[in-house]
Amino acid sequence: MNAPTTPAKLTPKDFATDQEVRWCPGCGDYAILKSVQKVLADLKADKDKTVFVSGIGCSSRFPYYMDTYGFHTIHGRAPAVATGVKMANPELDVWIVTGDGDGLSIGGNHLLHIIRRNVDTQILLFNNEIYGLTKGQASPTSAIGTRSSSTPEGSVDAPLDPIKVAMGAGARFVARTADKWIKEMPDVLKAAREHRGCAFVEILQNCIVYNDAVFGEFTGKEAVPGTYIHVEHGKPLLFGGGRNEPPVKGIRVKPGTFKLEVVTLGENGISEADVLVHDKTDPVLAGLLAAMTGPDFPVAFGVLYEDAAPVHDDSVASHKADARKKTPDVSINALLKRGRTWMVEGPGA
Amino acid sequence: MSETQTLNPESGQGDRIELESAVVRFAGDSGDGIQLTGGQFTVASALAGNDLTTFPDFPAEIRAPVGTTYGVSAFQINFGGRRINTSGDAADCLVAFNPAALKTNIDKVNRGGLVIVDSGNFGPRDLKKAGYEVNPLEDGSLEGWNVVPIDISRLTLEAVADSGLGKVDALRCKNFWALGLIYWVFGRDRAPTAEWIEQKFGRKDAAIAKANVDALNAGHAFGETMELLQDFHGYRVPKAELPPGLYRTITGGDGFALGLAAAAQLTETEVVFASYPITPASPILHHLVKLTAYGVTTHQAEDEIAAACVAIGASYGGAIGVTSSSGPGIALKGEAIGLAVAAELPLVIINTQRAGPSTGLPTKTEQSDLYQALYGRNGDTPLVVLAPNSPADCFTMAIEATRIATKYMVPVMVLSDGYIANASEPWLIPDVDSLPRIPVTFRQDPEGYLPFKRDPDTLARDWAKPGTPGLAHRVGGIERDSETGDISYDPANHQRMTDFRHAKVAGVARDIPPQTVDQGKERGRLAVVGWGSTYGPIKRAVTNLRAEGLDVSHIHLRHIWPLPENLGALLDGFDQVLVPEMNTGQLLTLLRATYAKPYEGLSKVTGQPFKIAEIEAAVRSRLEG
Ligand code: SF4
Repeated sequence: MNAPTTPAKLTPKDFATDQEVRWCPGCGDYAILKSVQKVLADLKADKDKTVFVSGIGCSSRFPYYMDTYGFHTIHGRAPAVATGVKMANPELDVWIVTGDGDGLSIGGNHLLHIIRRNVDTQILLFNNEIYGLTKGQASPTSAIGTRSSSTPEGSVDAPLDPIKVAMGAGARFVARTADKWIKEMPDVLKAAREHRGCAFVEILQNCIVYNDAVFGEFTGKEAVPGTYIHVEHGKPLLFGGGRNEPPVKGIRVKPGTFKLEVVTLGENGISEADVLVHDKTDPVLAGLLAAMTGPDFPVAFGVLYEDAAPVHDDSVASHKADARKKTPDVSINALLKRGRTWMVEGPGA
Repeated sequence: MSETQTLNPESGQGDRIELESAVVRFAGDSGDGIQLTGGQFTVASALAGNDLTTFPDFPAEIRAPVGTTYGVSAFQINFGGRRINTSGDAADCLVAFNPAALKTNIDKVNRGGLVIVDSGNFGPRDLKKAGYEVNPLEDGSLEGWNVVPIDISRLTLEAVADSGLGKVDALRCKNFWALGLIYWVFGRDRAPTAEWIEQKFGRKDAAIAKANVDALNAGHAFGETMELLQDFHGYRVPKAELPPGLYRTITGGDGFALGLAAAAQLTETEVVFASYPITPASPILHHLVKLTAYGVTTHQAEDEIAAACVAIGASYGGAIGVTSSSGPGIALKGEAIGLAVAAELPLVIINTQRAGPSTGLPTKTEQSDLYQALYGRNGDTPLVVLAPNSPADCFTMAIEATRIATKYMVPVMVLSDGYIANASEPWLIPDVDSLPRIPVTFRQDPEGYLPFKRDPDTLARDWAKPGTPGLAHRVGGIERDSETGDISYDPANHQRMTDFRHAKVAGVARDIPPQTVDQGKERGRLAVVGWGSTYGPIKRAVTNLRAEGLDVSHIHLRHIWPLPENLGALLDGFDQVLVPEMNTGQLLTLLRATYAKPYEGLSKVTGQPFKIAEIEAAVRSRLEG
């Protein structure tokens, strides 16, 4: 059914299955699916070496729509299953698709541990700040006051910030994008795939049915200028011009503090030279950027942090290689005879 | 004081009393080196040609306050000139290093048995800590036993006086002093222990090594002089008739670890073992981490669920996924095991059972997770259940579990328990090269590939691992189309898939050995049917009863689900069937439900293994009178 030959040029269609996509019309998941398919086509990915592992939830249906290897597992456990896949075969390119409920609530523990182990995978956390598949309950990322089927008077629990959780667990690649950043998302996904180690990508995703437009103000075509910033390594942190307009604002460290502040170019003698240059290897800056929210700050998108660290796959492999080196005879018969043994002679011996 | 020149085990053996077998129990503080002492006595007994079974009895606390009853650690060994099946109902000889050890262990000693106590540790404070108001050595409460108080502490200090060690270090040698004495009592060779001490301490600290050897020899010399005392004898336990060959000792933990390594070799497939620390299952992980070179990759997961999921992911990725735990952890893994059943992936799950429910008695043994193994998941979720009957059998069953899991693409649960995990016995080392290979084939051909198309014989689907060109496919926990594996909500398909899953597991019955009778006739008045670690006490009890002329047979199940095809007919040949279990009747219920016969149960849930006498009594009450 699947042709084993890889054509010279791949298109997103080559990564699509014949399965009817069953997300609600207008769901942000469609754009993400398209973007992932485009990225894999652009990168000429080998679909036979690509695996999508997911948990449970709307987003977790993702693997059924990717013509690669795929494993739709159980609620919250995709990171653990993916770790096992990588342990069996570190050559595979493994993507984890999860959501805010799947990854941060029921499966929060596994998310922390795959990150701290730095298993070479990409984690795409679709954050729609709601439980979709179970019909609209508040999720661990829902803003306080969110009215939902389980919180009709508004939720009272403080939300988790996925990026802070990932950084707290020691993530070495952290990025944020959104379903509506159709043009920008592929570059973020490419960077995640190219990163050796566990790459964590929060994707703000609109649930049109249960939590429509929570990110409307600062994502996509209709986003209000000044409410978002796309960061790029080595480039000044400029924003606020709207689409296709030159930026009018910048971000700098507020003199005499450890805080960031928004400055307007040309005001009080501020020029581009006063604005911070994004350094993705700086975890402190990444934390500050990740924490920016409106109305005082723009929401930051792009690769916020990336700094290589030893990868779990390599540590496991070198541990194996060392053990083999130290054990010249790896036959089980030799192993069984190791340590204290004794001979029992037969009768008449 | 060193007298290594007289390391002749036969010295002073003139008027020793011959015993067919003997049970020795060492008990002391956790810090007294009890397990190490027991381990050395085990080696010495094995080298003396005895058959044996040992069992450690650890406290649940890691380092309880010194001298308290809950800090007592004990080790029991049953050794003999005949086949030994259990670590012994009760001890013939107890060595108690302090009052707490005496207090908690005296009821485990046969009346009239030899009780050696370190009287140097029986001061008022020691007695108080153990909860004694009066010194039991003086109040006549121990009259039923042959109590020999010896100031082992003082004699040890004297023996190592010229070692240069401080008092604390010098006193640490007292376990070897006591071991030396017990070596004399049973005519054991000291040389291997002396060698072991040299190896263990010699390189780091020659003074400590010498002091321990001196203590060992001094204890032995003390035995020779004690011989003059009334009621203190040396004993001779003759060699057992064991099948010839090369032997080692093995615990259940060792058995599983070595068996999984052997399975990796026999399947030529990597094993990925993932687990989370839990008593009493952790020894398997501790052993396996040393076997990386043999094709076993280990992973200590963040929790029990993750451990199961890592194993499942590994199986999906083309390795043999294995996870291990004890009852509470298996409960957490339940949903993941269901995924492996649904996705039809091989998975080996080892449950080293402990006494429950909830946290229960983590260090005590029970067989109460059989229902959990059979039924403890949502949906109709059948899997295969196996149960090794001894530490050595864990080796065999690890291989058998791998064979079934990979051949049928199905999870296999292996039920061990705290007794099997920690007990040790001599093991005739098998030749792994002569064991049947386990052929594992991965689908390569993309032509006509359908992820859930089945082998008509085994009903197993193909194992197609990621990375194979042309076989990209999706699996998951949502019901799958019976051929394509695509999501299917079709009612008829769900019926079909449920039936397939059931029939696949049921079909394993055709692929396992027919049930045999371990001992006794194939028809008769009563069959004792056991599973798991009750093997030893049932075997010994049935041997004893048969020697008395009772018509009783022993049947022991190692394949619990599916049951062997001939079992029902076999049981029909007996007037009565008695099922002893360390639970309230779980196998009993399974057998009654399967064969609709009024079998009887014998339940014990004290956290302790069955005593031989208990099984004998239950059989007698049914056959006599
Ligand atoms: S419920 Fe929301 S998240 Fe789920 S498919 Fe529908 S729109 Fe998308």
